[in-house]
Amino acid sequence: MVATPIVEVTSAANPQQSKVLKAEVVDLNFHYGSVQALKGINMPLYEKHVTALIGPSGCGKSTLLRCFNRMHDLYPGNRYEGRIKLHPDDTNLLDPKVDPIEVRMRISMVFQKPNPFPKSIYENVAYGLRVRGVSKRSVLDDKVEEALSGAALWGEVKDRLRDLAFNLSGGQQQRLCIARALATDPEILLFDEPTSALDPIATASIEELIGDLKNKITILIVTHNMQQAARVSDFTAYMYIGELVEFDATDTIFIKPKNKQTEDYITGRFG
Amino acid sequence: MNTAPSVAEVRALIVKHKRWDLAFAVIGTLALMVGILTFVALFADMLIDGMPRLNYDFLTSFPSRRPEQAGILSAWVGSTLVMLVTAVAAVPLGVAAAIYLEEYAPKNWVTEIIEVNVTNLAGVPSIVYGLLALGLFVYQFGLGQSILAAGLTLALLILPVVIVATREAIRSIPSAIREGAYALGATRWQMVSQHILPYSIPGILTGVIIGMARAIGETAPVITIGALTFIAFLPPTPISGAFPFLSFEWLTAPFTVMPIQMFNWTSRPEAAFQANAAAAGLVLLVMTLSMNALAIYLRYKLRKNIQW
Ligand SMILES: Nc1ncnc2c1ncn2[C@@H]1O[C@H](COP(=O)(O)OP(=O)(O)O)[C@@H](O)[C@H]1O
Ligand SMILES: [Mg+2]
Repeated sequence: MVATPIVEVTSAANPQQSKVLKAEVVDLNFHYGSVQALKGINMPLYEKHVTALIGPSGCGKSTLLRCFNRMHDLYPGNRYEGRIKLHPDDTNLLDPKVDPIEVRMRISMVFQKPNPFPKSIYENVAYGLRVRGVSKRSVLDDKVEEALSGAALWGEVKDRLRDLAFNLSGGQQQRLCIARALATDPEILLFDEPTSALDPIATASIEELIGDLKNKITILIVTHNMQQAARVSDFTAYMYIGELVEFDATDTIFIKPKNKQTEDYITGRFG
Repeated sequence: MNTAPSVAEVRALIVKHKRWDLAFAVIGTLALMVGILTFVALFADMLIDGMPRLNYDFLTSFPSRRPEQAGILSAWVGSTLVMLVTAVAAVPLGVAAAIYLEEYAPKNWVTEIIEVNVTNLAGVPSIVYGLLALGLFVYQFGLGQSILAAGLTLALLILPVVIVATREAIRSIPSAIREGAYALGATRWQMVSQHILPYSIPGILTGVIIGMARAIGETAPVITIGALTFIAFLPPTPISGAFPFLSFEWLTAPFTVMPIQMFNWTSRPEAAFQANAAAAGLVLLVMTLSMNALAIYLRYKLRKNIQW
């Protein structure tokens, strides 16, 4: 499959062309106990495109991202209102009747700091499959290789799959975490500032990887780095104090944003 | 105006400040010496008194009225078996309780009261456990004055230690690891059994062994539940020649333990029995120290693969 160039998606002639909805955030409010962290968020997520969440620190980017895989369910006192509809089956991810484990089996996540398990490289990648009850060696072997190749790590680690994951460099660890997330063939991949703990070279390789991955998978990425959003994303959402200020094609957001606040943030006049 | 001190002044200042470094180093060393020297003196005294008695016969003989023939066979076998029961009872209970408190229990006032009480239990005098066990295990449950009753009593005693150590080990696992496992679709039990438990084993082991090292020297609760002070036979062996090859009769056997044997000998007037007590003390000390050494070794070995 060929990557969809950004120009095509945003072309004035037919902006809807090749845009298929993968998920939709509808009137989402989120509360940490008595603190409301998200206010009335509405946002689409397009299939096999990269959507970036940007905005000043503390504006709710991670909070929004973590709604998608119900991470907030792990801690008491958190409350969602509204919906995140996952297409094509129209499941509301936030419905209390939908098991968060089901949601996490469909939607994977890569964290800010690489968080490999203190296990071997192989076991790290295989973990999601083991959780799903896969134990057949040949299936695991194939999937591990496929995922590591998908995360551009196979060549570097194929001879030491039994080594501890901690022996890898930071950038390799983050790619391992991407492989771990990919191994279960998720429908959406969430990234929370995946390069903020990495050096520029490792960052570049992760960004390149994200560019490759979007051919196969829908991606939502939080970044505090606007250049990164401009480089990797097709769509960008600008958030400010729990609200979504503007959502549009990345080109539009960066070249002629409709909102004055967005423009100020993008041009560095604020933020 | 330039208020910065000259180089000479700075150097003088550093010399002055460093005097305190030296002073504290001296005080600290002295404090350390007091502790270490006391232990060395006690140990040396015991070594001089007990060493001549420490031989193969001493380890393989039953107690006797004649001090030169007396040995600690029934005592060390008793201690070993009681410790076995203690470990088998305290480890699963303590680990399960700690996991429940850390990973399952809702964070509310009931949990908080339980947590505070568990920590306080560690400070309850051991004789109180002995009294509780006498009423509960010996009479209520009808276990009698047996190895099983003693093992369970000491298990109760070290339970708080095991729980606290396990909780600390669990808490040292970063939440990023938990979230990583959950994000892949793990259930709580998968997360606990495949991550929390394996990663906290070094900490759990350390807690268990430290608890056991304490329990093996306990005298009061074991006397309270009625350990014998003189016993000239061994409990039935756990392995039997006939099907099913395992026997649990030893659990109900009467017994004695090392510290009681020592206590018994020290209360005799003859000097020869005092020497026996010192020799038994050496053996007990070796048992305790080797348990601690094992804890350190296991911790080092298992920790190598786990780093946050
Ligand atoms: N666990 C929490 N409990 C209470 N408030 C929180 C919690 N996590 C984040 N917040 C608050 O929610 C807001 C959004 O945080 P976050 O989503 O982490 O921001 P961002 O990722 O955009 O920097 C912040 O004001 C933050 O202080
Ligand atoms: Mg964040």
